[in-house]
Amino acid sequence: MHTTFHTQSDNARFSCSPLEKFTTRLLYLFLSVIMSLSLPGGPAAHSKMAVGAPSASALQRTRRPMVTGSSVLGIKYAGGVMLASDTLCSYGSMAKFKDARRITAIGGRESFDATSGAPLPPSHPTLLGGGGEYSDYQAIVDMLRSDATAEYCADDGHFQSPEETWSYLRAVMYQRRNKMNPLWNDLIVAGCDPTTKVPFLGSVDKIGTAYTDDVMATGFGSYIAVPIMRERFRADMEEGEARALLEDCMRVLFYRDCRALNRIVIAKATADGGCLVSEPYELETSWDAKSFVSDKAGLGTDGGW
Amino acid sequence: MASLYAPPSLRQQHDGKSAETRNLKPGEISSGTTIMAVCFNGGVVLGADSRVSSGTYVVNRVSDKIVQLHERIWCCRSGSAADTQALTDIVKHHLGQISIETGRLPTVAMAAHLMRKLIYGNKDNLMAGVIVGGWDPVEGGSVYNVTLGGSCVRQPFTIGGSGSSYIYGLVDAECRSGMNADECNAFVKKAVSHAMARDGSSGGIIRTVVVTEDGNVRSYTEGNKLPYGP
Repeated sequence: MHTTFHTQSDNARFSCSPLEKFTTRLLYLFLSVIMSLSLPGGPAAHSKMAVGAPSASALQRTRRPMVTGSSVLGIKYAGGVMLASDTLCSYGSMAKFKDARRITAIGGRESFDATSGAPLPPSHPTLLGGGGEYSDYQAIVDMLRSDATAEYCADDGHFQSPEETWSYLRAVMYQRRNKMNPLWNDLIVAGCDPTTKVPFLGSVDKIGTAYTDDVMATGFGSYIAVPIMRERFRADMEEGEARALLEDCMRVLFYRDCRALNRIVIAKATADGGCLVSEPYELETSWDAKSFVSDKAGLGTDGGW
Repeated sequence: MASLYAPPSLRQQHDGKSAETRNLKPGEISSGTTIMAVCFNGGVVLGADSRVSSGTYVVNRVSDKIVQLHERIWCCRSGSAADTQALTDIVKHHLGQISIETGRLPTVAMAAHLMRKLIYGNKDNLMAGVIVGGWDPVEGGSVYNVTLGGSCVRQPFTIGGSGSSYIYGLVDAECRSGMNADECNAFVKKAVSHAMARDGSSGGIIRTVVVTEDGNVRSYTEGNKLPYGP
C-alpha cells in the first residue's frame, strides 16, 4: 500500500483528507505496537503492561521508587469532576523536577468537521492523575494513549468511558502486584461518562485496590486533605467553590508535606464533554502570624522550638 | 538486575532511607535543615530555614533554629531536634556560669569548644551538627562549624544541614571578602532560599540574626517573600 508522508506546513493538520488522516493514525498505531513489543515480556498489545518483567525470585526485593510525585486530589461538583496536583517530582528528598505534569487527559473523541476539515473539540476524555514513581505513570499514560488511538482507528463509534478505564487499570495494577513487580503509583481516574454524562471519580493504587467516591486523594492528601474535603463537600458545589476547596487543600499540603510544592495544576472534565488541564500557577501562602514571627530561642526561653 | 542486589552490610546501613533520616530512632524528630553563618568586619550574620520534619510530615513550619547561647553568642542547630536542644541548654548553662565567674563576656571559641567536647564525647548517641557564631572582644566576629562527628573548624563562612549540599557551588561562587553587614545578610538569605527551593527537608521562612558589639538584630523573611523560590 502506498503511504503518503506529510510535510509540516501551517495548515497540514487541518486540511488533510480523511484517507490521509487514517493512514497517519494507522502509522502511529503500527509504530506504537512495534515499540511496545520491545518492552520486556510483552507480546499482545493490550496486556503488555500487565505481563511486565518475569516474576522476582524469592531473594530479590521489589523495586524502590526513584523519582516520585506526591498527592493528587479529586472532587465531584455540579456538572463535572475536578482534579488538582502540584508540579513537583522529588528524587528522594531533593526537589528535582519542579514542572512535572502529573495530570493528563487521555482518549475521548477527536474528530474533524466533514466539510471544512476543521477539528472539533475533543469530547469526554478521561483525566488520569498519578502520584508515586513518575516513570511508571508516564508508561501508563503512553499505554492508555495508544489504546485510545487503536480505539479511534477501530472507528466503531464506541469510546472507552472513564469507569471502563478505571476498571481496566485495576486489572493491570493487580496483575503486576501478583508478579511482585508493581507499577508504583497511586492513580486517580476522573471524567464524565460519554452516554450518561454522569461524573466519575475512581482511584487505583499500586496493589490494585480500587474504589470510587465523591472526594478522593492520594499520598499525603489522604491524611490531610480528605478530612477537609469531606467536611466541605456538597453534591451541588459550583466550579468556583470546588476549585477554592482544592486550592485550600493544596495549600495545607504545601505547609505540611515535605515533598510538596506551591505550584499547582487544576484539571476539570465537564458533563458536556469539555476538558481542561490548566497551566501551572502559584498558590498564595501565609507566613505572617504574630506567633510565627516572634523569637522563640532567646536567652530566656526553653531552647528553640 | 545486578543493581537490585546490595551486599548485606550496605543494606543494613541505608535500607532505602535517606541520609538525614536513617540514623534517627523511630518517631524521632529531625530538623533536616539549612543553616549558614558568615563573618564580616565587626560581627557575624547567622541564618536558618524554619522547617522541622518527622519523616515527610512538617511538624513545625515556623520553628526557630537560631539559639542564643549568651549575649553575643548564637548557635544554629541541625540534626535531631531533641539532641540539639539538649546540647544548647547545657552550653548555655556553662557559658552563663563562666561569664559570672570571670566577669567577662565568654568568647565564641569557648562556646564552640564546649559544644565540640559534648558532641565528640557522645558521638555514638547523638545526631547533631551546629554552627556557633558571634562576637567577642578578643576576636571580633567568628564562626565555627561543629560537625556530626565532633570536629570543630573555624571558617570565614560556613553552611550546614541537609540543604547545604545544594548550595556549595552557589556560596563558593558568590562569597567575597570585605562584605558589610547588609551584604552578608542578603547573601545569607539568597543562599538559604536556594537551598530551601531544592531540599525537601528545608523550607518555610528564613530567620537571620546580625550580631555585632552593639547588639543583635533579628529579622524574619516570610515564605512568600523569599529572594528565590520556593
